[in-house]
Amino acid sequence: MSLLEIENLQIDFRSGDGWVRAVDGVSLHIDSGETLCLVGESGCGKSVTALSIARLLPTPPARYSGGEIRFDGRDVLRMSSAELLQLRGKSIGCVFQDPGTSLNPVIRVGAQVKESLAQKDRALATDAEVVRRLAGVGIPAPELRARDYPHQLSGGMQQRIMIAMALATEPRLLIADEPTTALDVTIQAQILELLVELKQRLGMAMLLITHNLGVARSVADRVAVMYAGQLVESSPASQLVGSPRHPYTRALIRSVPELGQTGARLEGIPGTVPGLGRWPTGCRFAPRCVQVRPDCSTRKPDWLETTPDQGVRCPYTTA
Amino acid sequence: MAPLLDVEELKVVYPGPKNLWGRSRNSVHAVNGVSLTVHPGEALGLVGESGCGKTTLGRAILRLIRSSSGRVLFQGEDWLQLSSAELRGRRRHAQMIFQDPNSSLNPRRTVGASIGEALEIHRLVNGPAGRRTRIRELLTSVGLPEDSEGRYPHEFSGGQRQRIGIARALAVEPKLIVCDEPVSALDVSVQAQIVNLLQELQGARHLAYLFISHDLAVVEHLCGRIAVMYLGRLVEVGPSREVCRSPAHPYTQALVSAVPQMHADGVPRLHLRGDPPSPVNPPSGCPFHPRCPVAEARCRTEPPLLRSIGPNRQVACHLAV
Repeated sequence: MSLLEIENLQIDFRSGDGWVRAVDGVSLHIDSGETLCLVGESGCGKSVTALSIARLLPTPPARYSGGEIRFDGRDVLRMSSAELLQLRGKSIGCVFQDPGTSLNPVIRVGAQVKESLAQKDRALATDAEVVRRLAGVGIPAPELRARDYPHQLSGGMQQRIMIAMALATEPRLLIADEPTTALDVTIQAQILELLVELKQRLGMAMLLITHNLGVARSVADRVAVMYAGQLVESSPASQLVGSPRHPYTRALIRSVPELGQTGARLEGIPGTVPGLGRWPTGCRFAPRCVQVRPDCSTRKPDWLETTPDQGVRCPYTTA
Repeated sequence: MAPLLDVEELKVVYPGPKNLWGRSRNSVHAVNGVSLTVHPGEALGLVGESGCGKTTLGRAILRLIRSSSGRVLFQGEDWLQLSSAELRGRRRHAQMIFQDPNSSLNPRRTVGASIGEALEIHRLVNGPAGRRTRIRELLTSVGLPEDSEGRYPHEFSGGQRQRIGIARALAVEPKLIVCDEPVSALDVSVQAQIVNLLQELQGARHLAYLFISHDLAVVEHLCGRIAVMYLGRLVEVGPSREVCRSPAHPYTQALVSAVPQMHADGVPRLHLRGDPPSPVNPPSGCPFHPRCPVAEARCRTEPPLLRSIGPNRQVACHLAV
């Protein structure tokens, strides 16, 4: 049994007088100690999927309209609020994109870390432990920094505080939603290295949400690609980049310039990502696909699974 | 060939808060003596992390903000010495594309009105019919439907809005466009479209770009030469390929190695500790020395000058060879 199993998840959002579907039949699993990257462009539903795992979506405007989320065998969608507090406080840790808005601006960062520690065990919530945890995420002079307010720290340091808080309870799963997108590349490299190192040291699983395939490639065991609310491909990281099967994945890879590969024209993808609820019938990528066939716009492609770790939503893959 | 743009020792200082006696303390030296050239038809990439002064430099060159000292020679004429009336006449030669197409277009004016305004100010068209033809021509050249003219910015996607921004910049037939992170706010698939468009336009219209970005891979792809900026100064200048393949400055080396690669294994190798220091209180000597893995004693006291280390290659480091 996997640590996290999501099956056929469907999430709607209220819009005007109807509901629009944001996540449409996503199935995922993460084993203990594994890193899964969820990749996709804005509006594809990757963050909504991630937030739904710890039931962090406000309902309304959101609505869970189908599917199952099982964490350690327990059904998250049927948990009571007390059980949810336990889940969020102890089993799952979260790190978000913008540390500046996730931290409380009027409380010293040390006190915020201490509060997280208290959720695990009141006896752990000591100044000494806070300093130890701050040092553990690579913050220099932790005794001094613990007394700082968030605005006194740089973006990279704020993200380290967020990570220290998320890991305070030694969770079994860390959900990191674009944790390095707001940071400079040299700082991004530091934070990614820190996450990988901590994951190994603590033996936890990680779900990393990113739009950057390079980031996904460098930290993930497996990568799942989302487009317009659905999974389109899932594969071990090295295979996904080396031999992508879905036309969207292939186009995405060829859209990104890589260092040391100058000259060639970028492929790009014609058109734009369809808006929420305005998804084409049939294959949702068909209007932008360069390998589109006549029946793609009418026939809904099924999820074709080759192994539990590998699948693709396109009947015309070459590989 | 004479350069199109020749920036000499440009400095921009943002004054800090004033004290009791009206003196300003803690001034920020955002751009601290930068010299660079851009030749006609050339794309020069300006790379650096947030707060390094790259946007300030771009704006100071176009005189959108005031410089403290230095010269900005555009076709041999110092723009910093021009009166505002003289400057207005020259503005059409150098345009700008901004990062956020949402906030750089007026939401209450149609696309046609936004593009047409520049045509009228510089008297580049005769009468409403000519104006209309020209606007349609511009829209087609950036890959937008001709009938976009009467629509409002909110009716377009982010990528299309960036195309409108490009059409507006092209309207006055500039020789130089300063592009300030024009693709950073876009999704990768759309980013590639805009990068390709900029590349095509450069070839077709013999445009020069000063392309400001934090994304080294995009800059390497689009620009022939790269200038790397750190804390208000240029630390390395050279042909893109060479700078990315064999960076000479330790900061450039760290920058190159920090880019996560799709076709390589493992987390990018890390050389740098700590964050960029504040430009309010820059370190003595080489501004990079507190984070530099190879710094020596003299790096802490002597600021290195930008010096040649090969054809077209310059670096500001005592230790680079």
